[in-house]
Amino acid sequence: MIGLLIRDLRLAVRAGGGFGLGLAFFLLVAVIVPLGVGPEAATLAKIAPGILWVGALLSCLLSLDRIFALDFEDGSLDLLATSPIPLEGVAAVKALAHWLVTGLPLVAVSPVLGLLLNLPGPSYLWLVLALALGTPALSVIGAFGAALTVGLKRGGLLMSLLVLPLYIPTLIFGAEVVKRGAAGLSVGTPLALLAGITAGSLALLPFAAAAAIRVNLR
Amino acid sequence: MASARPRFCARWRGCSRRWRGRSPEAVAYAAHADGVKAVLTVAENLGFWAGVFGQDRVAEALDRMNLRALADRRAANLSAGQKRRLGLARLLVTGRPVWVMDEPTVSLDAASVALFAQAVARHLAAGGAALIATHIDLGLATARVLDLTPFKARPPEDGGRRGAFDEAFA
Repeated sequence: MIGLLIRDLRLAVRAGGGFGLGLAFFLLVAVIVPLGVGPEAATLAKIAPGILWVGALLSCLLSLDRIFALDFEDGSLDLLATSPIPLEGVAAVKALAHWLVTGLPLVAVSPVLGLLLNLPGPSYLWLVLALALGTPALSVIGAFGAALTVGLKRGGLLMSLLVLPLYIPTLIFGAEVVKRGAAGLSVGTPLALLAGITAGSLALLPFAAAAAIRVNLR
Repeated sequence: MASARPRFCARWRGCSRRWRGRSPEAVAYAAHADGVKAVLTVAENLGFWAGVFGQDRVAEALDRMNLRALADRRAANLSAGQKRRLGLARLLVTGRPVWVMDEPTVSLDAASVALFAQAVARHLAAGGAALIATHIDLGLATARVLDLTPFKARPPEDGGRRGAFDEAFA
Protein backbone atom coordinates (compact mmCIF):
# COMPACT_ATOMS: atom_id res chain seq x y z
CA MET A 1 0.00 0.00 0.00
CA ILE A 2 2.86 2.38 0.86
CA GLY A 3 4.51 1.35 -2.39
CA LEU A 4 1.34 2.31 -4.27
CA LEU A 5 1.22 5.68 -2.49
CA ILE A 6 4.86 6.38 -3.30
CA ARG A 7 4.34 5.40 -6.93
CA ASP A 8 1.29 7.66 -7.29
CA LEU A 9 3.11 10.61 -5.74
CA ARG A 10 6.11 9.94 -7.96
CA LEU A 11 3.90 9.79 -11.06
CA ALA A 12 2.26 13.07 -10.03
CA VAL A 13 5.51 15.01 -9.66
CA ARG A 14 7.23 13.63 -12.77
CA ALA A 15 6.77 15.38 -16.10
CA GLY A 16 3.14 15.44 -17.23
CA GLY A 17 1.87 14.21 -13.89
CA GLY A 18 -0.35 17.21 -13.35
CA PHE A 19 1.10 18.29 -10.02
CA GLY A 20 0.51 22.00 -9.54
CA LEU A 21 -2.25 22.25 -12.15
CA GLY A 22 -4.95 22.42 -9.51
CA LEU A 23 -2.88 24.85 -7.50
CA ALA A 24 -2.35 27.15 -10.48
CA PHE A 25 -6.08 27.02 -11.24
CA PHE A 26 -6.93 27.93 -7.63
CA LEU A 27 -4.51 30.84 -7.85
CA LEU A 28 -6.03 32.05 -11.11
CA VAL A 29 -9.58 31.92 -9.75
CA ALA A 30 -8.57 33.99 -6.73
CA VAL A 31 -6.78 36.52 -8.93
CA ILE A 32 -9.51 36.77 -11.56
CA VAL A 33 -12.49 37.23 -9.24
CA PRO A 34 -11.40 40.68 -7.92
CA LEU A 35 -10.91 41.76 -11.54
CA GLY A 36 -14.47 40.78 -12.36
CA VAL A 37 -16.18 41.94 -9.18
CA GLY A 38 -14.29 45.18 -8.73
CA PRO A 39 -11.85 46.32 -6.09
CA GLU A 40 -14.29 47.35 -3.31
CA ALA A 41 -12.73 45.84 -0.19
CA ALA A 42 -16.06 45.35 1.57
CA THR A 43 -17.60 43.36 -1.31
CA LEU A 44 -14.51 41.17 -1.65
CA ALA A 45 -14.38 40.48 2.09
CA LYS A 46 -18.01 39.41 1.93
CA ILE A 47 -17.62 36.95 -0.93
CA ALA A 48 -14.07 35.76 -0.14
CA PRO A 49 -15.02 32.61 1.84
CA GLY A 50 -17.39 31.43 -0.88
CA ILE A 51 -14.96 32.18 -3.71
CA LEU A 52 -12.10 30.39 -1.97
CA TRP A 53 -14.21 27.32 -1.33
CA VAL A 54 -15.65 27.19 -4.86
CA GLY A 55 -12.11 27.62 -6.20
CA ALA A 56 -10.81 24.77 -4.05
CA LEU A 57 -13.67 22.57 -5.17
CA LEU A 58 -13.18 23.25 -8.89
CA SER A 59 -9.42 22.81 -8.78
CA CYS A 60 -9.95 19.50 -7.00
CA LEU A 61 -12.34 18.49 -9.76
CA LEU A 62 -9.73 19.24 -12.45
CA SER A 63 -7.48 16.31 -11.68
CA LEU A 64 -10.06 13.76 -10.53
CA ASP A 65 -10.38 11.75 -13.72
CA ARG A 66 -6.68 10.92 -13.56
CA ILE A 67 -7.14 8.95 -10.33
CA PHE A 68 -8.17 5.73 -12.05
CA ALA A 69 -8.31 6.48 -15.79
CA LEU A 70 -4.55 6.38 -16.38
CA ASP A 71 -4.19 3.07 -14.54
CA PHE A 72 -7.14 1.71 -16.48
CA GLU A 73 -5.64 2.68 -19.84
CA ASP A 74 -2.27 1.00 -19.35
CA GLY A 75 -3.70 -2.12 -17.71
CA SER A 76 -2.34 -1.41 -14.22
CA LEU A 77 -5.83 -1.34 -12.74
CA ASP A 78 -6.53 -4.92 -13.90
CA LEU A 79 -3.24 -6.00 -12.38
CA LEU A 80 -3.89 -4.13 -9.14
CA ALA A 81 -7.32 -5.78 -8.95
CA THR A 82 -5.67 -9.22 -9.04
CA SER A 83 -2.91 -8.20 -6.60
CA PRO A 84 -2.81 -8.92 -2.86
CA ILE A 85 -3.88 -5.33 -2.07
CA PRO A 86 -7.65 -5.19 -1.57
CA LEU A 87 -9.37 -2.91 -4.08
CA GLU A 88 -10.79 -0.89 -1.19
CA GLY A 89 -7.23 -0.20 -0.10
CA VAL A 90 -6.27 0.79 -3.65
CA ALA A 91 -9.17 3.28 -3.76
CA ALA A 92 -8.28 4.71 -0.34
CA VAL A 93 -4.58 5.05 -1.17
CA LYS A 94 -5.32 6.70 -4.50
CA ALA A 95 -7.68 9.18 -2.83
CA LEU A 96 -4.97 9.92 -0.26
CA ALA A 97 -2.38 10.46 -3.01
CA HIS A 98 -4.81 12.80 -4.78
CA TRP A 99 -5.31 14.77 -1.58
CA LEU A 100 -1.57 15.05 -0.92
CA VAL A 101 -1.00 16.29 -4.47
CA THR A 102 -4.05 18.57 -4.79
CA GLY A 103 -5.76 19.26 -1.47
CA LEU A 104 -2.78 19.81 0.79
CA PRO A 105 -1.13 22.47 -1.44
CA LEU A 106 -4.50 24.28 -1.60
CA VAL A 107 -4.66 24.36 2.19
CA ALA A 108 -1.10 25.68 2.31
CA VAL A 109 -1.60 28.59 -0.12
CA SER A 110 -5.12 29.55 0.98
CA PRO A 111 -4.01 32.23 3.50
CA VAL A 112 -2.11 34.05 0.73
CA LEU A 113 -5.15 33.98 -1.52
CA GLY A 114 -7.27 35.11 1.43
CA LEU A 115 -5.07 38.18 1.53
CA LEU A 116 -5.72 38.79 -2.20
CA LEU A 117 -9.46 38.65 -1.55
CA ASN A 118 -9.30 40.86 1.55
CA LEU A 119 -10.49 38.12 3.89
CA PRO A 120 -11.20 39.58 7.36
CA GLY A 121 -8.43 39.02 9.90
CA PRO A 122 -9.91 36.55 12.38
CA SER A 123 -11.03 34.05 9.74
CA TYR A 124 -7.60 33.00 8.36
CA LEU A 125 -7.21 30.29 10.96
CA TRP A 126 -10.73 29.03 10.24
CA LEU A 127 -10.13 29.08 6.48
CA VAL A 128 -7.06 26.86 6.83
CA LEU A 129 -8.78 24.59 9.34
CA ALA A 130 -11.95 24.27 7.25
CA LEU A 131 -9.99 23.50 4.07
CA ALA A 132 -7.78 21.00 5.92
CA LEU A 133 -10.90 19.25 7.24
CA GLY A 134 -12.96 19.52 4.06
CA THR A 135 -10.56 18.78 1.19
CA PRO A 136 -10.02 15.10 2.14
CA ALA A 137 -13.76 14.65 1.59
CA LEU A 138 -13.41 16.27 -1.84
CA SER A 139 -10.68 13.79 -2.79
CA VAL A 140 -12.45 10.69 -1.55
CA ILE A 141 -15.83 11.66 -3.04
CA GLY A 142 -13.97 12.40 -6.26
CA ALA A 143 -12.28 9.00 -6.18
CA PHE A 144 -15.73 7.44 -5.96
CA GLY A 145 -16.89 9.47 -8.98
CA ALA A 146 -13.75 8.52 -10.89
CA ALA A 147 -14.34 4.85 -10.06
CA LEU A 148 -17.92 5.08 -11.35
CA THR A 149 -16.81 6.46 -14.71
CA VAL A 150 -13.54 4.54 -15.19
CA GLY A 151 -13.42 2.94 -18.63
CA LEU A 152 -15.98 5.31 -20.15
CA LYS A 153 -14.89 7.24 -23.20
CA ARG A 154 -14.73 10.92 -22.26
CA GLY A 155 -16.07 10.09 -18.81
CA GLY A 156 -14.58 13.25 -17.34
CA LEU A 157 -17.60 15.44 -18.03
CA LEU A 158 -20.04 12.85 -16.75
CA MET A 159 -17.90 12.50 -13.66
CA SER A 160 -18.07 16.23 -12.99
CA LEU A 161 -21.85 16.08 -13.22
CA LEU A 162 -21.92 13.15 -10.79
CA VAL A 163 -19.43 14.56 -8.32
CA LEU A 164 -20.36 18.25 -8.11
CA PRO A 165 -23.74 17.67 -6.39
CA LEU A 166 -22.00 15.42 -3.87
CA TYR A 167 -19.62 18.29 -3.08
CA ILE A 168 -22.46 20.63 -2.05
CA PRO A 169 -22.63 19.74 1.69
CA THR A 170 -18.87 20.15 2.05
CA LEU A 171 -19.05 23.49 0.25
CA ILE A 172 -21.94 24.79 2.37
CA PHE A 173 -20.43 23.91 5.73
CA GLY A 174 -16.87 24.77 4.71
CA ALA A 175 -17.84 28.25 3.55
CA GLU A 176 -20.07 28.67 6.60
CA VAL A 177 -17.14 28.03 8.94
CA VAL A 178 -15.12 30.78 7.28
CA LYS A 179 -18.06 33.23 7.15
CA ARG A 180 -18.83 32.75 10.83
CA GLY A 181 -15.15 32.99 11.66
CA ALA A 182 -15.02 36.31 9.79
CA ALA A 183 -18.04 37.63 11.68
CA GLY A 184 -16.61 36.50 15.00
CA LEU A 185 -19.42 34.01 15.65
CA SER A 186 -19.07 30.51 17.05
CA VAL A 187 -17.96 28.03 14.37
CA GLY A 188 -18.49 24.83 16.35
CA THR A 189 -21.58 23.51 14.56
CA PRO A 190 -20.50 23.88 10.90
CA LEU A 191 -17.01 22.68 11.78
CA ALA A 192 -18.41 19.56 13.43
CA LEU A 193 -20.70 18.90 10.47
CA LEU A 194 -17.81 19.39 8.03
CA ALA A 195 -15.65 16.95 10.00
CA GLY A 196 -18.58 14.55 10.11
CA ILE A 197 -19.01 14.62 6.32
CA THR A 198 -15.29 13.99 5.85
CA ALA A 199 -15.19 11.15 8.38
CA GLY A 200 -18.29 9.55 6.86
CA SER A 201 -16.95 9.73 3.31
CA LEU A 202 -13.55 8.41 4.38
CA ALA A 203 -15.19 5.46 6.09
CA LEU A 204 -17.72 4.51 3.41
CA LEU A 205 -16.64 5.69 -0.02
CA PRO A 206 -13.50 3.54 -0.52
CA PHE A 207 -15.82 0.54 -0.34
CA ALA A 208 -18.27 2.09 -2.80
CA ALA A 209 -15.40 3.02 -5.12
CA ALA A 210 -14.02 -0.53 -5.02
CA ALA A 211 -17.46 -1.94 -5.84
CA ALA A 212 -17.78 0.47 -8.77
CA ILE A 213 -14.34 -0.53 -10.11
CA ARG A 214 -15.28 -4.21 -9.87
CA VAL A 215 -18.40 -3.54 -11.96
CA ASN A 216 -16.43 -1.51 -14.52
CA LEU A 217 -13.61 -4.05 -14.88
CA ARG A 218 -15.97 -6.96 -15.50
CA MET B 1 -1.14 -25.09 -22.42
CA ALA B 2 1.87 -25.95 -20.31
CA SER B 3 1.77 -27.44 -16.88
CA ALA B 4 4.24 -29.40 -14.79
CA ARG B 5 1.76 -30.60 -12.20
CA PRO B 6 -1.79 -29.29 -12.28
CA ARG B 7 -1.99 -28.78 -8.54
CA PHE B 8 -2.66 -25.09 -8.24
CA CYS B 9 -5.95 -24.76 -10.03
CA ALA B 10 -9.22 -23.92 -8.38
CA ARG B 11 -11.53 -26.79 -9.18
CA TRP B 12 -9.47 -29.40 -11.00
CA ARG B 13 -9.44 -32.86 -9.52
CA GLY B 14 -6.29 -33.71 -7.65
CA CYS B 15 -5.28 -30.18 -6.93
CA SER B 16 -3.43 -29.56 -3.72
CA ARG B 17 -5.59 -28.66 -0.73
CA ARG B 18 -3.48 -25.59 -0.08
CA TRP B 19 -4.56 -23.87 -3.28
CA ARG B 20 -8.08 -25.29 -3.67
CA GLY B 21 -10.64 -22.52 -4.12
CA ARG B 22 -7.96 -19.86 -3.74
CA SER B 23 -7.32 -19.29 -7.39
CA PRO B 24 -7.35 -15.47 -7.32
CA GLU B 25 -4.51 -15.42 -4.80
CA ALA B 26 -2.51 -17.91 -6.85
CA VAL B 27 -2.80 -16.36 -10.30
CA ALA B 28 -0.53 -13.81 -11.93
CA TYR B 29 -2.00 -12.43 -15.12
CA ALA B 30 -0.45 -10.90 -18.23
CA ALA B 31 -2.43 -9.83 -21.29
CA HIS B 32 -2.20 -7.12 -23.95
CA ALA B 33 -1.57 -4.24 -21.55
CA ASP B 34 1.70 -4.46 -19.64
CA GLY B 35 0.78 -2.09 -16.81
CA VAL B 36 3.96 -0.14 -17.46
CA LYS B 37 4.16 3.53 -16.44
CA ALA B 38 5.97 5.55 -19.08
CA VAL B 39 7.48 8.14 -16.73
CA LEU B 40 8.98 5.58 -14.34
CA THR B 41 12.24 3.76 -15.06
CA VAL B 42 12.34 0.03 -15.76
CA ALA B 43 13.63 -0.73 -12.27
CA GLU B 44 11.02 1.54 -10.66
CA ASN B 45 8.20 -0.13 -12.58
CA LEU B 46 9.36 -3.59 -11.58
CA GLY B 47 10.15 -2.54 -8.02
CA PHE B 48 6.62 -1.22 -7.62
CA TRP B 49 5.01 -4.50 -8.67
CA ALA B 50 7.44 -6.48 -6.51
CA GLY B 51 6.42 -4.31 -3.55
CA VAL B 52 2.71 -4.79 -4.27
CA PHE B 53 3.20 -8.56 -4.21
CA GLY B 54 5.49 -8.42 -1.18
CA GLN B 55 8.55 -9.71 -3.05
CA ASP B 56 12.05 -8.33 -3.63
CA ARG B 57 13.44 -10.32 -6.55
CA VAL B 58 13.74 -7.33 -8.87
CA ALA B 59 17.43 -7.78 -9.73
CA GLU B 60 16.90 -11.44 -10.55
CA ALA B 61 13.92 -10.67 -12.80
CA LEU B 62 15.89 -7.95 -14.60
CA ASP B 63 18.65 -10.46 -15.35
CA ARG B 64 16.26 -13.20 -16.45
CA MET B 65 14.53 -11.00 -19.03
CA ASN B 66 17.78 -9.33 -20.11
CA LEU B 67 16.72 -5.88 -18.87
CA ARG B 68 19.74 -5.16 -16.69
CA ALA B 69 21.25 -2.66 -19.14
CA LEU B 70 17.91 -0.83 -19.40
CA ALA B 71 17.21 -0.68 -15.65
CA ASP B 72 17.57 3.10 -15.36
CA ARG B 73 15.88 3.98 -18.64
CA ARG B 74 12.43 5.52 -18.56
CA ALA B 75 9.82 3.10 -19.85
CA ALA B 76 8.66 5.76 -22.32
CA ASN B 77 11.91 5.22 -24.24
CA LEU B 78 11.60 1.44 -24.53
CA SER B 79 10.81 -0.33 -27.79
CA ALA B 80 7.66 -2.47 -28.00
CA GLY B 81 9.65 -5.66 -27.44
CA GLN B 82 11.55 -4.21 -24.48
CA LYS B 83 8.29 -3.03 -22.95
CA ARG B 84 6.85 -6.50 -23.41
CA ARG B 85 9.87 -8.04 -21.69
CA LEU B 86 9.31 -5.67 -18.80
CA GLY B 87 5.65 -6.74 -18.68
CA LEU B 88 6.71 -10.40 -18.55
CA ALA B 89 9.42 -9.72 -15.97
CA ARG B 90 6.54 -8.57 -13.75
CA LEU B 91 5.36 -12.20 -13.60
CA LEU B 92 8.74 -13.16 -12.15
CA VAL B 93 8.44 -10.72 -9.25
CA THR B 94 4.87 -11.72 -8.28
CA GLY B 95 5.98 -15.00 -6.71
CA ARG B 96 2.63 -16.51 -7.73
CA PRO B 97 2.38 -20.16 -8.75
CA VAL B 98 -0.04 -19.90 -11.71
CA TRP B 99 0.78 -17.69 -14.66
CA VAL B 100 -2.12 -16.91 -17.01
CA MET B 101 -0.99 -15.26 -20.23
CA ASP B 102 -2.66 -14.10 -23.41
CA GLU B 103 -0.28 -13.99 -26.39
CA PRO B 104 2.81 -13.23 -24.28
CA THR B 105 5.19 -13.36 -27.26
CA VAL B 106 3.59 -10.51 -29.24
CA SER B 107 6.31 -8.08 -30.43
CA LEU B 108 9.15 -10.26 -29.06
CA ASP B 109 12.04 -11.29 -31.32
CA ALA B 110 13.25 -14.89 -31.49
CA ALA B 111 15.95 -14.43 -28.84
CA SER B 112 13.49 -12.87 -26.41
CA VAL B 113 10.95 -15.63 -27.04
CA ALA B 114 13.66 -18.16 -26.11
CA LEU B 115 14.43 -16.10 -22.99
CA PHE B 116 10.76 -16.11 -22.07
CA ALA B 117 10.44 -19.86 -22.71
CA GLN B 118 13.41 -20.38 -20.39
CA ALA B 119 11.72 -18.35 -17.67
CA VAL B 120 8.52 -20.38 -18.04
CA ALA B 121 10.47 -23.66 -17.95
CA ARG B 122 12.21 -22.56 -14.76
CA HIS B 123 8.88 -21.57 -13.24
CA LEU B 124 7.44 -25.02 -14.09
CA ALA B 125 10.50 -26.77 -12.69
CA ALA B 126 9.94 -24.90 -9.42
CA GLY B 127 6.45 -26.39 -9.18
CA GLY B 128 4.51 -23.60 -10.87
CA ALA B 129 1.96 -23.81 -13.66
CA ALA B 130 1.28 -21.71 -16.71
CA LEU B 131 -1.77 -21.33 -18.92
CA ILE B 132 -0.75 -19.70 -22.17
CA ALA B 133 -2.85 -18.69 -25.16
CA THR B 134 -0.34 -18.60 -28.00
CA HIS B 135 -0.09 -19.08 -31.75
CA ILE B 136 3.61 -19.96 -31.84
CA ASP B 137 5.40 -22.98 -30.41
CA LEU B 138 7.36 -21.97 -27.31
CA GLY B 139 9.35 -25.23 -27.38
CA LEU B 140 8.32 -26.30 -23.88
CA ALA B 141 8.92 -30.04 -23.53
CA THR B 142 6.25 -30.52 -20.84
CA ALA B 143 3.59 -28.44 -22.59
CA ARG B 144 0.17 -29.93 -23.17
CA VAL B 145 -1.61 -28.40 -26.13
CA LEU B 146 -5.30 -27.67 -25.91
CA ASP B 147 -6.48 -26.91 -29.44
CA LEU B 148 -9.53 -24.69 -29.17
CA THR B 149 -10.43 -24.75 -32.88
CA PRO B 150 -13.20 -27.40 -32.52
CA PHE B 151 -14.82 -25.25 -29.82
CA LYS B 152 -14.92 -22.09 -31.91
CA ALA B 153 -18.15 -20.11 -31.70
CA ARG B 154 -20.49 -20.85 -34.61
CA PRO B 155 -23.89 -19.50 -35.61
CA PRO B 156 -26.76 -21.79 -34.54
CA GLU B 157 -27.53 -22.87 -38.13
CA ASP B 158 -24.01 -24.34 -38.40
CA GLY B 159 -24.49 -26.45 -35.32
CA GLY B 160 -23.54 -23.84 -32.71
CA ARG B 161 -25.29 -23.78 -29.38
CA ARG B 162 -28.19 -21.33 -29.20
CA GLY B 163 -27.61 -18.63 -26.61
CA ALA B 164 -23.85 -18.85 -26.87
CA PHE B 165 -22.08 -15.77 -28.27
CA ASP B 166 -25.35 -14.22 -29.30
CA GLU B 167 -23.81 -10.82 -29.64
CA ALA B 168 -21.37 -12.10 -32.25
CA PHE B 169 -24.14 -13.14 -34.61
CA ALA B 170 -26.85 -10.65 -33.77
